[in-house]
Amino acid sequence: MENALPQGTGADTARADWIGILSRARADDVENLAAAHLADVDFEWLRAPHVGLVMVRGRAGGTGAQFNLGEMTVTRCSVRLPDGAVGHGYASGRSRRQAELAALLDARLQQHELQATLLEQVIEPLRKVESDRRLLASRKAAATKVEFFTMVRGDNLS
Amino acid sequence: MAYVAVKGGEQAIRNSHRLIAETRRGSPDVNELGLDQISEQLDLAVDRVMTEGSIYDRELAALALKQARGDTVEAVFLLRAYRTTLPRIATSEAVDTAAMAVRRRVSAIFKDIPGGQVLGPTYDYTHRLLDFALAAEGDPETAVLADEPLDQVVPRVIDVLDGEGIIEPEIPVPQDDVFDLTREPMSFPAGRDQRLQSLARADEGMLLGLAYSTMRGYGNAHPFVGEMRLGEILVEIVPEELGFPVAVAEVTVTECQMVNQFQGSETVPPQFSRGYGLAFGHCERKAMSMALVDRALRAPEFGESVRYPAQDEEFVLSHADNVEASGFVSHLKLPHYVDFQAEIQLVRQLRAERDAARTSTSENKEPAQ
Repeated sequence: MENALPQGTGADTARADWIGILSRARADDVENLAAAHLADVDFEWLRAPHVGLVMVRGRAGGTGAQFNLGEMTVTRCSVRLPDGAVGHGYASGRSRRQAELAALLDARLQQHELQATLLEQVIEPLRKVESDRRLLASRKAAATKVEFFTMVRGDNLS
Repeated sequence: MAYVAVKGGEQAIRNSHRLIAETRRGSPDVNELGLDQISEQLDLAVDRVMTEGSIYDRELAALALKQARGDTVEAVFLLRAYRTTLPRIATSEAVDTAAMAVRRRVSAIFKDIPGGQVLGPTYDYTHRLLDFALAAEGDPETAVLADEPLDQVVPRVIDVLDGEGIIEPEIPVPQDDVFDLTREPMSFPAGRDQRLQSLARADEGMLLGLAYSTMRGYGNAHPFVGEMRLGEILVEIVPEELGFPVAVAEVTVTECQMVNQFQGSETVPPQFSRGYGLAFGHCERKAMSMALVDRALRAPEFGESVRYPAQDEEFVLSHADNVEASGFVSHLKLPHYVDFQAEIQLVRQLRAERDAARTSTSENKEPAQ
């Protein structure tokens, strides 16, 4: 039960982390940060970008029996680079372009010689946008926290 | 007998569509609404359409509202119809609302709670006076920034403050499958999974009225808000091509935990029972109503007799969906010429029989005079 955004260690966790960051980010932010790194990439589609639905599940009382709350739009696609690297891209919402960039980045992030640069120049800035947004919202909420104080009744004072 | 023609009207329908389009736009002297304006400035309307349309997508809900000229129920219908064009990619892991990035969180039953009472953006303490300053354009007040954010983890009030088991625990139950209304028809008796999904999509007005009735003598409810929280949660799926969980989305939800006095039974000591509400976006009235009706529908679990409408799951679940309800009510506006011809004949026949019976009665009486 951690409120912190997922942080990756280990190959799968690291990959889950960047795929998640790319999916949750705003399409414009991904475009601005990633497009320059992917301009000359040659690839083929394993699965062309398409919009679909994810059924979101909740639990009764937050901890009990599961139930289906409702669906949300998610876009996904898969690409293969000429060297065989396969990338899977997800984008929360309906941006096919974001999913495409995410899949290409996923493929390239698995290439060790590129990983450090892409993490530093794309993934970490996107993570910062997300955590800054959360921090700002949390500080605004914190300003509305109730400070209780006890009233002293006048007739108890001599 | 006349047969009534049911073809025709194509041109009238086409022209009606064009008239709607022009009416929707309103006066061309006024700027056209952008989807971003609807999403940003009528955000609670968008939230309601997402919740009842049962698709979390702000832009689609804003589009539906624009197309429906602000008619919530029509917008919900549009979203539900669009849904049928999309494939299901995945089902998420159950979301963890305790891990919510909280923007509002209050409890009406415990004053001192870990993480505190956080009012957030609420109308609860406003004066409800029309603010004419909004009628003129101008810069609004800006939010105050605290030096420090809230605690990273804001636990659910009931989970941490009920050390003595005085509130019913919500424990995961083994489930082979989770009922899905989008794939299975409604069936009775309904499990709690079916009820909660159905209530989550249900019309807010219907649920609000039903919830109100439970407190006005039609359900014996004496509820309290254990906790109301609003914020962002992560949605995790396990894509089949990856095999590990990925948090693909962040969504805003409102969660309401209601507690309600329960006298106890042979097997259960007196305690507070619970009702649960969860909705997309910021929908507190909906989440509360859902929680109250959820509790009312649990009556048989607690050995309570089902005496009132809000406790009757077949009544509630069969009528609370506004797409179904408005579809059925609205269809009455469509041509029923043939049906009505048949009814006219029937009524004429009944009248003739009635007249005949009267005549023969009076004829029978005549010889006696």
